[in-house]
Amino acid sequence: MKVTIDGIEIDVPKGTTILQAARMIGQEVAPPTMCYYSSLKTSGGYCRTCIVKVTQGSAANPNPMPKPVASCRTEVMDGMVVENVTNKDVLEARKGVVEFLLVNHPLDCPVCDQAGECSLQDLGYGHGAATTRYEFPRREFERIDIGKYVQLHMNRCIMCFRCVKVAEQLTDNRVHGVMHRGDAAEISTYIENVIENDFSGNVIDVCPVGALTDKTFRFKSRVWFTKPVDASCDCKKCSGKVRLWMKGEEVLRVTARKDQWGEAEEFICNTCRFDRKKTSDWKIEGPTKVDRHSVISQNHYNHLNELKVQILKQQKALGFMDINKRP
Amino acid sequence: MGRKLLIHNDKVPGIHTLEVYRAHGGYASVEKALKTMQPDQVTDEVKKSGLRGRGGAGFPTGMKWSFLAKPEGVPRYLVCNADESEPGTFKDRYLMEKIPHALIEGMITSSFALGAKQSYIYIRGEYFYVARILEAAIAEAYAAGWLGKNILGTDFSHDCYVQVGGGAYICGEETALLESLEGKRGNPRIKPPFPAVAGLWGCPTVVNNVETIAAVVPIVNMGGEEYAKIGIGKSTGTKLISASGHINKPGVYEIELGITVEEFIYSEEYCGGIRNGKKLKAVVAGGSSVPILPTELILKTAKGEPRLMTYESLSDGGFQAGTMLGSGGFIAMDEDTSIVKNLFTFSRFYHHESCGQCSPCREGTGWMEKILKKFLDGTANESDVDLLWDIQSKIEGKTICPLGEAAAWPVAAAIRHFKHEFIEIAQKKKFVDISHYDRLNKIRA
Repeated sequence: MKVTIDGIEIDVPKGTTILQAARMIGQEVAPPTMCYYSSLKTSGGYCRTCIVKVTQGSAANPNPMPKPVASCRTEVMDGMVVENVTNKDVLEARKGVVEFLLVNHPLDCPVCDQAGECSLQDLGYGHGAATTRYEFPRREFERIDIGKYVQLHMNRCIMCFRCVKVAEQLTDNRVHGVMHRGDAAEISTYIENVIENDFSGNVIDVCPVGALTDKTFRFKSRVWFTKPVDASCDCKKCSGKVRLWMKGEEVLRVTARKDQWGEAEEFICNTCRFDRKKTSDWKIEGPTKVDRHSVISQNHYNHLNELKVQILKQQKALGFMDINKRP
Repeated sequence: MGRKLLIHNDKVPGIHTLEVYRAHGGYASVEKALKTMQPDQVTDEVKKSGLRGRGGAGFPTGMKWSFLAKPEGVPRYLVCNADESEPGTFKDRYLMEKIPHALIEGMITSSFALGAKQSYIYIRGEYFYVARILEAAIAEAYAAGWLGKNILGTDFSHDCYVQVGGGAYICGEETALLESLEGKRGNPRIKPPFPAVAGLWGCPTVVNNVETIAAVVPIVNMGGEEYAKIGIGKSTGTKLISASGHINKPGVYEIELGITVEEFIYSEEYCGGIRNGKKLKAVVAGGSSVPILPTELILKTAKGEPRLMTYESLSDGGFQAGTMLGSGGFIAMDEDTSIVKNLFTFSRFYHHESCGQCSPCREGTGWMEKILKKFLDGTANESDVDLLWDIQSKIEGKTICPLGEAAAWPVAAAIRHFKHEFIEIAQKKKFVDISHYDRLNKIRA
């Protein structure tokens, strides 16, 4: 099936969503996502940040779709034409969505563990306005400890439903969910309960903001002062492929390996995540490649050459003069 | 006098019982359909009748029925949407309360057309006593053989159930209704797939409003073509209108589509004019979510033609100068009404009823309510009007279900037609009388 996104045509198999097709083309045209998670079924469609305009439904039915659609939940049709970054209305609408997401967000980044790897920070920086027009008190909740390892800070939650889907699809027994409705809706366990199972820690990885944090890492360090290293071990419960966040020789925290879209490649078990915090527990594979735009890359000097090539390529694309070929 | 097809017997004593209902020609459509017609013929009659969904969207019912997927070995369902929660709408309650058998008869005939062996009436929690009435009527129908196995000795068997909801406006959205009916949290589903393909428990399902299903009865009885003769153009048949507000005779009226709005408001047969001899200021013509229109635009279209009570005429002029027939919740307001206060009431409702699934509606409805509260408190600025406009434009069309639009349209229309009222309050030239709320709060405390 042929689909055109922002003027770039790509051939994709049937059943591909617009978002997946856009990701195949590349980062430049891929809409941002907050609630979609490719490895979780039925995720996506809630946050509305990935909305795009379909200017031609399909080759058979060339009418445009009347409303912007959520690209993560809309499958492509043959001959579909989609506008994302080339459509002003889409960018304006996305700006509105970012504003809505931030309406009840405390913006406590300076004291939030997620800062530096937060999807909402990236989204706000890339698509949001500089100031807020919201002048009312934001909603507030008490912090809740759900189990030994995870803390829930509902103030920061953007209701992406990812942690609910993880509990539903990865573990045997879901004890937490969404309660109440509207802007009073909250993630919680029904009649205070603890989430205790081997894979409960994955809710931390899927949380796009700092609502669910690792209690063994809380306030230990800013993420950009730690160095990510890929490591593995023989684990009976999971694949054992993890990312260690190190400060010197110390392992401060363990997470799943995340791809360029911020999604875990493979979910890991709680033993790997919380109990194996010595370098001797792990076979180190090497330093993680971090995108140079990420704040985490500031602690990285490992692939300078690659970086140089990348920068030169971008300068060339922007029409900069090659400094080595000056007349 | 206009013709009445749905509530013509509403004043007959004992019409809620099967015996009296039957004596007045009830269940004739079931007899006619099951004994003399094929299911497709019933669907064809509904198509010919031009019946449009009475719940608000006005989608042609016959077309909706023909979209129903009919795979082998998979059950099909008919679900009746009795979650009538739109502020200003109370026509379904009247119909179900007075003539419950009209709905049940319609359910049987419609289910026969669709090949549904089971049907559900999803009724809102606040209508608990109506659910009791329906359940009693269903028990009567079972006892008399109108429901159950081999109805009238034919192959057709049918079971009808009543399910009471928890009292959430959002469960009137068809996919949220299905989720709720399945026992889950009433959040709207992301479409496609549409219920006609994958609805209740993943099976093909038709969801129709109470009045739509009840209208199938006269259509089958009199024939689709005859029914289509009532009304104008694509607005055929009769429609129940729940009239409320500052009129002399509030209540539920059955009108022939095509009478003028002026006649509906001022004639003695219907609303009987504005009460206390006041002037009409504005009308919300189809339930709280449709755009409000000032007097000059509701009585006459922008082109100067008289406005009619039809789907087309009311939406003439788009949202710039028109509105929608919607669910038929007709709210008239006299000259003393504060549009800002009225809008605050609507916005508070949508804020309270937003399900919280998608962000624009979850956060935007609350934000709009808080800004409107500023107008009531007298602390608003002129820039707040522009902010309101901007927020509503960022909610409209960006949400999963139409609740976003339902919350945005009243705000947009109020600012479009009555911006001067907002400005006057912002400039502190006028204040909204909120003593009413103070009294309410005292009662609650």
